Amino acid sequence: MNLTLKIWRQKDRNTTGEFVTCQARNILPDMSFLEMLDVVNEDLTRSGHEPFAFDSDCREGICGTCSLVINGIPHGGQKGATACQLHMRHFRDGQTITVEPWRAKSFPVLRDLVVDRSAFDHIIASGGFVSVNTGGAPDGNALPVGKVDADQAMDAAACIGCGACVAACKNASAMLFVAAKVAHLGLLPQGQSERYQRVVKMVNMMDQEGFGACTATGSCEAVCPKEISLDFIAQLNRDYLVGCLKP
Amino acid sequence: MNPLAFLFRTSLGKKYLMALTGFGLFAFVVVHMVGNLQFFLGREAINRYAYFLHSVPELLWGARIGLLVMVGLHVWTAIQLSAENRAARPIGYKRKKALGSSYASRTMLMSGLIIGCFVIYHLLHFTVQVPEVNFTGKDFHDLVDAEKHHDVYQMMVTGFLQPWVTLFYIVGVGLLCLHLSHGVSSLFQSLGLRTGKYTPLLKSFGFWMSWVLVIGYWSIPISVVLGLKK
Repeated sequence: MNLTLKIWRQKDRNTTGEFVTCQARNILPDMSFLEMLDVVNEDLTRSGHEPFAFDSDCREGICGTCSLVINGIPHGGQKGATACQLHMRHFRDGQTITVEPWRAKSFPVLRDLVVDRSAFDHIIASGGFVSVNTGGAPDGNALPVGKVDADQAMDAAACIGCGACVAACKNASAMLFVAAKVAHLGLLPQGQSERYQRVVKMVNMMDQEGFGACTATGSCEAVCPKEISLDFIAQLNRDYLVGCLKP
Repeated sequence: MNPLAFLFRTSLGKKYLMALTGFGLFAFVVVHMVGNLQFFLGREAINRYAYFLHSVPELLWGARIGLLVMVGLHVWTAIQLSAENRAARPIGYKRKKALGSSYASRTMLMSGLIIGCFVIYHLLHFTVQVPEVNFTGKDFHDLVDAEKHHDVYQMMVTGFLQPWVTLFYIVGVGLLCLHLSHGVSSLFQSLGLRTGKYTPLLKSFGFWMSWVLVIGYWSIPISVVLGLKK
């Protein structure tokens, strides 16, 4: 396959970037999107040009490091998959593909397609944990957890923090991320004691980091590689209300 | 934090305000439609209803001030949140596909602004009854029925015989229902009441309510234009 790429080129966070056009030649349909970019970068390096910087780590869809908006869709639009699990067979030979970084004030571009997602770390550090004394592992089933709660907490905990929700949202809102992180602790008995302080701290940090508000359009849910449900946002809204009104 | 300060300062607090005022205004829109539909019961019924609404000024003005406060808060939160949302993405995408979102949900600000203009016109047209804006050459204040009460029925018929006025009404109400098709179900989301098994129920409630409202409101000018009501 031969493809034309329109890729965002940006030197560092202080310079303004621009789109550049480049050719991807001899691409195999079995390659992942990131492997295709590897091939492009090798060609660029061989011809003495600067390769494109992009984030990747596990390349098996579980780390949440890749962060590409492909043809206007974060992660490229394959349902429930990250960009590293998107294969080139979903594209046509000769197609033009636009590749952009996540766009949000809270995710500044560091270089080309790499953005700084520290804002998510700040939100987690503000309250996304349970304060427990470490020690020996507790006995299995010492703390009973209902099946429904366990399943829902697991669904929320599937969030890999990639930031596609922010990238897809018309308001660059981080609500789905925060909702998932609040829910997976708030649904379990270990998370109860700090449940309401946690949600207030995390939402306030989210506001402070400059993310937008939720319009409940559902774009985040549609692009989420872990298919986190919008219902968690409703639960976040409920918990925050309780947290703010609690004496 | 002061339990009330969060309503006005945080993003979620503003969303609660928007949802609560939106619910109040939605309830008004439903009651207003039911009241208006008495048009089809004839001149006497709707004129009596209008006279009844105006009979206790304390209640009338209480309701009016209440509505005005709700509109004010709804608009204020919309402006605040839109400004913050815009600031959250200073550089946009070259290509953007709107996945999973409805047209109504992406255009809430625009539909809201046009509805705002329509409501101002609608109030000048039928409530304040400024003669210059009805384009009939008549003063609606002069219309009285056999019982010497204001003839609302005649005002509606005369008013809706003006094509541009009627068209604006049709568009304004249409956009209102588009706005509500997203707003009604998502206000429950903002208040944290839409979870699990309630989600499909609330979504279809919002969808069907907006259709009921659009048909209810449109039926009056359409029946006038078609000459079914004179």
